[in-house]
Amino acid sequence: MARAVSNQRKAINTAVAWIIALLIFFPILWTILTSFKTEAEAIADPPSFLFFNWTLDNYTTVQARSDYFGHFWNSVVISVGSTILGLIIAIPSAWAMAFVPGKQTKNVLMWMLSTKMLPPVGVLVPIYLIFRDVGLLDTRFGLVIVLMLINLPIIIWMLYSYFREIPGEILEAARMDGAGLRSEILYVLTPMAVPGIASTLLLNIILAWNEAFWTLTLTAANSAPLTAFIASYSSPEGLFYAKLSAASTMAIAPILIMGWFSQKQLVRGLTFGAVK
Amino acid sequence: MGQITLEKVTKSFGDVEVIPPLDLTIEDGEFCVFVGPSGCGKSTLLRLIAGLEDISSGAIKIDGSDASDVPPAKRGLAMVFQSYALYPHMSVRKNIAFPMKMAGVSQDEQNRRIESAAKALNLTDYLERRPGQLSGGQRQRVAIGRAIVREPAAFLFDEPLSNLDAALRVGMRLEISELHERLKTTMIYVTHDQVEAMTMADKIVVLRAGNIEQVGSPLDLYKHPRNLFVAGFIGSPKMNLIEGEAAARHDAKTIGIRPEHIEVTEAGEWQGRVGVAEHLGSDTFLHVHDTGLTDILTVRSTGEMGLRHGDCVSLSPRHDQIHRFDASGLRMA
Ligand SMILES: Nc1ncnc2c1ncn2[C@@H]1O[C@H](COP(=O)(O)OP(=O)(O)OP(=O)(O)O)[C@@H](O)[C@H]1O
Ligand SMILES: [Mg+2]
Repeated sequence: MARAVSNQRKAINTAVAWIIALLIFFPILWTILTSFKTEAEAIADPPSFLFFNWTLDNYTTVQARSDYFGHFWNSVVISVGSTILGLIIAIPSAWAMAFVPGKQTKNVLMWMLSTKMLPPVGVLVPIYLIFRDVGLLDTRFGLVIVLMLINLPIIIWMLYSYFREIPGEILEAARMDGAGLRSEILYVLTPMAVPGIASTLLLNIILAWNEAFWTLTLTAANSAPLTAFIASYSSPEGLFYAKLSAASTMAIAPILIMGWFSQKQLVRGLTFGAVK
Repeated sequence: MGQITLEKVTKSFGDVEVIPPLDLTIEDGEFCVFVGPSGCGKSTLLRLIAGLEDISSGAIKIDGSDASDVPPAKRGLAMVFQSYALYPHMSVRKNIAFPMKMAGVSQDEQNRRIESAAKALNLTDYLERRPGQLSGGQRQRVAIGRAIVREPAAFLFDEPLSNLDAALRVGMRLEISELHERLKTTMIYVTHDQVEAMTMADKIVVLRAGNIEQVGSPLDLYKHPRNLFVAGFIGSPKMNLIEGEAAARHDAKTIGIRPEHIEVTEAGEWQGRVGVAEHLGSDTFLHVHDTGLTDILTVRSTGEMGLRHGDCVSLSPRHDQIHRFDASGLRMA
């Protein structure tokens, strides 16, 4: 498959890739830079790119004014919790749909995907009322449930497509070798699907970490994750761009670092099946 | 022990009946080969025996007891797949050990059997490698190793050699035949390959559209094909099938004569012009045109013939080797 690509083509491709990457990264970079400016410099016109008085004041203020670690912990519990709960439900469903498909399997999959096309605000009122009545408003458990539900179709779809890549004959070989269903799943299916399961896990933690609609509408003081922590700095009363940026940087830093260390796994998982 | 009996077995996928009612007995220790054109149901039949597909009706008996509803894991059969189907995340040693682990064989016994299988299959140096680091032939040997260590009642092979190149195929063919001589275990072997079928089988089952056309020893099928289909299917190059006047002279609708039973002679019964001459050294295949019998008459002569494209030849069929078929395609006595 290796095709000879001329050096010139390669250079152009690299340049284009860098430009696109920088365009995508620029807002994040700007946020990080702004977090080190004073409020006055943050809104200066023309803006200064690197030559301003670097300060850590915003971070100390933000840290003093709100409970970063409380929000951080809520984010961890909600994103990891909802992802793990989702995997527990999705792995058996995806196995079933990939290896023993029925007549309706395709339709069920499409239906699950279609729920993602509905704007979440469409179900806000019923969910809000249900949560109020069963006492799940502003609880971490409630958020775990909601985020698990909204990400479940993605988890199932991802796992389904990974599992589809596993040749059925290998599972049949396991059956011929005397493996029952439990041994087949434990010793053959799961080890082969580990890259797919891992990248699904990572991607969904990221999605859940960044989810802002439900986390903002269903929480108040107790269970608010980092998204609510950021939002609390975008108040209508004054301009706090620098502090807002500092809060944002603190909120995205953990997930950026996690993404950085797991990027190999993520890329491998996302391109699973694309390369034989 | 490994006698396998199929009684009125049928298989349908939805509305499509792939195997119409079928009866077959494979004796203990027999090497039985399924052949037939693509899509005739060979793999399906094998998978029914394995238990990987459920039969639609009828019964499958292994050593006399009904196994129709027994899951594949419990049938005590081993299967070697065309794609090898090795476990990619396990070393060769672990692959071979897997069925024994499932059967709860003791660790010492496992090691003993792995060592002896590896020695027999020339895998000793590769035991710690992953399947991805092996050649096709080595992978196939691992698959066979995995099948033999569990000492199954019967081996099922689905075109195990079709992914290998010609030279390896010959080598593996001999290895499997030797394995059968040594173990004397029942083997059921699906293939497209004429030579594999003829050389390996004790019994050949010729299938067409899920029906058994004929069952018999290789020579039996070669010498006494029951109908036109088997006549055309068994043997390579194919039997010449001739209709019309030449057949009528033998009181038949169709006569068949194998390429090796036609001789190039001085003043033969048939005349023609050589189209393509294939010189194999040991043999020469002549494709003869303009005989007035069929489009192309294939002739196989031993040794090198100095014949070329366009040469005129004179041919005599060996009359004692002519097969006669009636209007329905069945063999006439
Ligand atoms: N799961 C299935 N669903 C529907 N039809 C099937 C299924 N498996 C096989 N068939 C059909 O059954 C018939 C027999 O298939 P089978 O694979 O047994 O053929 P085969 O003799 O092994 O062919 P080949 O030599 O090409 O491997 C084919 O017409 C095929 O389309
Ligand atoms: Mg087949």
